[in-house]
Amino acid sequence: MRRVATALLGEKLYEILMKVNFELPEDVRVAIGEALGKEDQAVPRSILERLLENNALATEKRIPLCQDTGMVVVFLEIGQEIILEGDFVETALNLGIARAYEEGYLRKSVVLNPLERVNTGDNTPGIFHYSLVPGDRIRMRVTVKGFGSENMSRLGMLKPGDGVAGVKAFVLETVALAGPNPCPPIIVGVGIGGTMEKAALLSKEALMRDLGSANPDGKLAVLEKEWMQAIESLGIGPMGMGGKTTALGVHIKSYPTHIAGLPVAVNINCHSSRHSEVMV
Amino acid sequence: MIHHLKTPLAEADLQALRPGDEVLLSGIIYTARDAAHQRILTLIEEGGDLPFELSGQVIYYMGPSPTPAGAVIGACGPTTAYRMDEMTVPLLQRGLKGTIGKGKRSEKIAEAMKTYQSVYLIAVGGIGALYSQVVTSSEVIAFEDLGAEAVRKLRVKDFPLYVGIDCRGRDLYE
Repeated sequence: MRRVATALLGEKLYEILMKVNFELPEDVRVAIGEALGKEDQAVPRSILERLLENNALATEKRIPLCQDTGMVVVFLEIGQEIILEGDFVETALNLGIARAYEEGYLRKSVVLNPLERVNTGDNTPGIFHYSLVPGDRIRMRVTVKGFGSENMSRLGMLKPGDGVAGVKAFVLETVALAGPNPCPPIIVGVGIGGTMEKAALLSKEALMRDLGSANPDGKLAVLEKEWMQAIESLGIGPMGMGGKTTALGVHIKSYPTHIAGLPVAVNINCHSSRHSEVMV
Repeated sequence: MIHHLKTPLAEADLQALRPGDEVLLSGIIYTARDAAHQRILTLIEEGGDLPFELSGQVIYYMGPSPTPAGAVIGACGPTTAYRMDEMTVPLLQRGLKGTIGKGKRSEKIAEAMKTYQSVYLIAVGGIGALYSQVVTSSEVIAFEDLGAEAVRKLRVKDFPLYVGIDCRGRDLYE
């Protein structure tokens, strides 16, 4: 068995948050640069250029990339040979969040009760998803999720007979309905299968994958390419102002499901897709 | 086409604007988003004093990140405008001449822009660090307990925007 202090996880989370809010991940920067190379009209070009300028300024002057510094979502894959020591893991992680959002002058966007809506004042609690995996390592994947894009996400309980065509139509419809709202060019996370909540979780997890990386499932990789082209032909463009770049990526994850169902969740992320990960 | 506009806005200032035109806005603007709108509407219903006179003014749908020592403001880009759609008309009736946000608004809002001679201006989402450079002063003037959602009085210089809905009710996204 390997012992890991939960305080170390809190510290690693703090470090990620202090970076990811001020600096676009490398894969996102590259994807925006490539998109810029394909756009030939002035308005979409100018918007993509400003995304890169914003990134340069944010990194240099330590100003958050966006005022919506999000709700912190953490995926923890914990090796089953690990023993966690110290404070309860969520206490340690929330401490890391609170410290980063205070010291980094990051916006506190979390309300304690969704109906009463009083701000918690330190951007906690985060959203934590755990899974047990073989081995003695911990993989922590983190995103700070803004709600302009989160609000444009959808879940559909399709019929088995709807098939691939039905899923594709649902994804395209979701992107079209979202239009300019989620800050395109977006990243589209699609979760197919499982149960209602599993599909939603898969769609969020799909957003954690680096842009430009191949889907390990070859059949899904083919669909991603095809749907990407279909999304491009919607012509929404950067901030909905028209152009070729509506999405920077479509990422699909799937899971076994029931004979009677075809759940589909579409989780949309904004152009900045602030995500990162660490192995402990 | 680039228009230089200075607040407060008069109806005459709006006539030349067309959807998609660029605007460089200067002067005083006020921030308000979901929670502040709810409070302003309650004040209107109860006949209370509003935090600022709406006539000729511009509201920016924005809640900034905290201001570090020595800075004027933190990141300060737009939030999505449609969430304020159901709370906008009473403000237009009191003379609000412009709103700034991102995204698509309802048909009802486009219609109201025409009726009350007002415009919806679009800022680019997710470049809040860049926008902090056009704000020359910032002060909380109401609802301080709302934190990022408090009403702020900002002075901006050449804030770059696009016309989303013009005063004839024409919508860039339609």
